[in-house]
Amino acid sequence: MAKLLEIENLRTQFFTADGVVRAVDDVTYDVNEGETVALVGESGCGKSVSALSILRLIPWPPGRIVGGSIRFLGKDLLQLSDPEIRRVRGHQIAMVFQEPMTSLNPVLTIGLQLTETMQYHLGMSNEQAEKRAVELLRMVGIADGERRLQQYPHHFSGGMRQRVMIALALSCEPKLIIADEPTTALDVTIQAQILQLMKDLSNRMGVALMIITHNLGVVARYADRVNVMYAGKIVEEGTAEQIYHSPKHPYTIGLLASVPRMDQHRGRRLVPIEGQPPDLTKLDNGCAYRPRCRWAFDRCAQAIPPLEHVGDGQMSACFRKHELGDDVKAAS
Amino acid sequence: MATPQAVIDTSELDQLRIPLRTQLWRLVRKQPLGAAGAFIVIIMSLAAIFANVITSYNPVANDLASMLQSPEANHWMGTDEFGRDILTRVIYGARTALSIGLTAAFLGATGGLVLGVASAYFGGIFDLITQRIVDVLMAFPLIIMALAVVATLGPGAQNVIIAITIPFIPTCARVVRSSALAIREIPYVDAARALGFSHARIILRHMVPNVMAPYLIMLSTFVGQAILLEAVLSYLGMGVQDPTPAWGLMLKGGAEEFLESAPWVSIFPGLAISFAVFGFNLFGDAMRDVLDPKMRRD
Repeated sequence: MAKLLEIENLRTQFFTADGVVRAVDDVTYDVNEGETVALVGESGCGKSVSALSILRLIPWPPGRIVGGSIRFLGKDLLQLSDPEIRRVRGHQIAMVFQEPMTSLNPVLTIGLQLTETMQYHLGMSNEQAEKRAVELLRMVGIADGERRLQQYPHHFSGGMRQRVMIALALSCEPKLIIADEPTTALDVTIQAQILQLMKDLSNRMGVALMIITHNLGVVARYADRVNVMYAGKIVEEGTAEQIYHSPKHPYTIGLLASVPRMDQHRGRRLVPIEGQPPDLTKLDNGCAYRPRCRWAFDRCAQAIPPLEHVGDGQMSACFRKHELGDDVKAAS
Repeated sequence: MATPQAVIDTSELDQLRIPLRTQLWRLVRKQPLGAAGAFIVIIMSLAAIFANVITSYNPVANDLASMLQSPEANHWMGTDEFGRDILTRVIYGARTALSIGLTAAFLGATGGLVLGVASAYFGGIFDLITQRIVDVLMAFPLIIMALAVVATLGPGAQNVIIAITIPFIPTCARVVRSSALAIREIPYVDAARALGFSHARIILRHMVPNVMAPYLIMLSTFVGQAILLEAVLSYLGMGVQDPTPAWGLMLKGGAEEFLESAPWVSIFPGLAISFAVFGFNLFGDAMRDVLDPKMRRD
């Protein structure tokens, strides 16, 4: 599969009164064409920032991309001029945001918001755009499109608004859709529908999907590959299968132990990860997960473990990655 | 698992719409003062539009045979020192007051709208500089500011409009900015950025419609203020010039020379000014109550 997006050594920092927050710190990953990649981690680990960095939507001040490269279809997005990056946004890379309730403008009709994008990027006429908007609404499961286009976001429920957001993201036939916690604000039953819809449509249209989530269930079901982030770094990378069944990083193991799983017996106790994620302004020269890690030893405080292969395409940033395999069963 | 083809129907919602007439009547009962204000505004607008139909007198032609007549059947509000019918001049004065008031209020509020939203949207150094200029402009009282502008540009209807517009812009910009700051933080603005829209498009198309409520409130109160300011400037001899029928001018002529001998010359234009400003203020207040969701709950 051809590489669509290659992120190399990306570093995004926020310059605040309390110091420099290293929100994304030397992150490297890529997304192949048509593939679904998940970015997993707890709140504040830098997953949203790394996604916003791709479209250069980090607000300056205080945030800034200080290093690395983001190559999309061979172009470095960080080198593009403002008008050029605007042609990429919404057109080649679309985004679906976390809050469907507030991601649509309440005073503009759905139709206007859908057609505006297509007129802007694809130069469609009003009639063409409206016709396509009705089609898009049907694709995301909203019938009676002609009438729906005249309505305002408050006529739609949260799940339906997220469908509209998906229609909006698909409207210009992008190569990549970045979904930043697309289901966090929705009911559990709707969550599954929305994810299934995104997965189906991206398969059908050959769009790559990048799902940012803290929900491991989502990952297991819909992602081809998974990047686990902690404190601004990727700590483990692998296929969904590998991450789920043979995690090679203590953080991933901890995450899996803390959520209920259908594939394990019911009597299992859930084990929370003790402590708090570290303050990103005060990272030292050791593994950031060390204070919460039960496998931590002297070496963890002396150097940051590099992200290295553990075989079969799986990568882990832990000094004891090879010893972890057997412990997993004990931990869970 | 539901398929994407699952469809949600909400067509019944349309039947819950309330007819416009019922809504209007509800509004009148809830906002009697606002309705009274709207009534004055409508009467004034009709008078201004149909001035030449309502009265057969010429507002500027002198009729020295009927100088300073007290109110009677032919001249309901009497005549002034040039024999001109006061009622006619009050009616035509509404035209002057409204055209200057509406233009100045619209230009001032709209200028402030764009400036305020842009200031909130860009933030940072642009916001800082804009707001400090606004601070400087707002430090001057409205009338002093307008007087200074007219003193620089000279009198005349067009310059009066400019003079009234300039102090309105910062006032509106400040109010609009505070609303726009809150809107800036709502994800749809970032979503619009993620769709690749330009700054101008985001400001004008996506943010401006969301600050319409404060804008309309400012606009309606500005009209009243602008009418008052225009009258003041004309009264001071720095606004519209004779023989144009303007309330401030009529007040000046009447109050200075004939207050005791012919009080009707100044009373009626004075009343016209008061009613007009009163009407627009009531209307503006009611508009604020209706448009501000926090006030609506009470």
